Amino acid sequence: MTENKTTISSFDTDHEVRALDTMCINESHLTHKWYHNIKYIIVGILFGIVFVKAEVISWFRIQEMFRLQSFHMFGVIGSAVAVGVLSVWLIKRYKLKTIYGEQIEFHPKKFNKGQIYGGLLFGLGWAMTGACPGPLFAQVGTGALAVIVTILSAVAGTWVYGYFRDRLPH
Amino acid sequence: MLEIIKQPWPWYIAGPLIGLTVPALLLLGNKHFGISANLRHICAACVPAKVPFFKYDWKKEIWNLLFVLGIIIGGAIAASWLQNPSAIELHPKLAEELAGYGITNYESLVPTELFSFQSLFTGRGFLIMVVGGFIVGFGTRYAGGCTSGHSIMGLSNLQWPSLVATISFMVGGFIMANFILPFIMTL
Repeated sequence: MTENKTTISSFDTDHEVRALDTMCINESHLTHKWYHNIKYIIVGILFGIVFVKAEVISWFRIQEMFRLQSFHMFGVIGSAVAVGVLSVWLIKRYKLKTIYGEQIEFHPKKFNKGQIYGGLLFGLGWAMTGACPGPLFAQVGTGALAVIVTILSAVAGTWVYGYFRDRLPH
Repeated sequence: MLEIIKQPWPWYIAGPLIGLTVPALLLLGNKHFGISANLRHICAACVPAKVPFFKYDWKKEIWNLLFVLGIIIGGAIAASWLQNPSAIELHPKLAEELAGYGITNYESLVPTELFSFQSLFTGRGFLIMVVGGFIVGFGTRYAGGCTSGHSIMGLSNLQWPSLVATISFMVGGFIMANFILPFIMTL
């Protein structure tokens, strides 16, 4: 690992860097053999199937949502959040552990203005592409290969954000 | 049974299943659900280019890249064997609006008139696929998450910054779909 003044290779600092402007990270302190990761492919497959079958990845459904012409997407997101809230509450309430016996960790998210500026920008893009990042990948799976271009462009957008991050208001 | 599965799933089935991803990933290995971070991991893995934001051990997040690989496979499985044979049913007002832009084919989940390699060379195709994709990538990272990281995982953990982000997503989308996209579609 290369060293400079912004990165230090100690574990906790790496966690901090990974957690910068990211909700979702690996909070586990355990290391496993590679094949332990196969279970995440399986969860992904199930998740991808639900995405397609509920038409969440449909450009048309997203257009309906933003024109307030259909309750479908609001119902999907709302009920997903309700189940998520209940699950997280149960996990905290009963101090549930992972299948490896590790305590499940939550870290509070700090507010910064990026959540507004970036959020508005993402919203504009979401209504154009008719897909947030998850559905973009599922669309490619269904055979919409041209969406690979959109994903590559999203990777480029992420990179440009990373490059200009220090100069943007947060 | 298969016939029922092939029908489009209602929100009250699909939403809770999507919500269950949150405890599934937490219980399987302390993983916090979110997808847009993978775009960052791809940058960190392929073109870190001495940008501090991309200098971290992305291999610790391989689970998430595999999760996305699963989503692609899941999309392929659903499209190959579980596909609803009839076209999507649209709100008549939307169908009328889209017909005005020449979009009448609802066979695919993405309109083939907009999302194709040929369409890239039209004004609206370029804007929607390339510029749209770019601001999805830029905006999600600027916001620190997307619909999954903020709107589902963040709200599940009752994080108010995630509520701010979610409201911003919706406001941005509302503005684009109602006021800007109608113009883009004519290009």
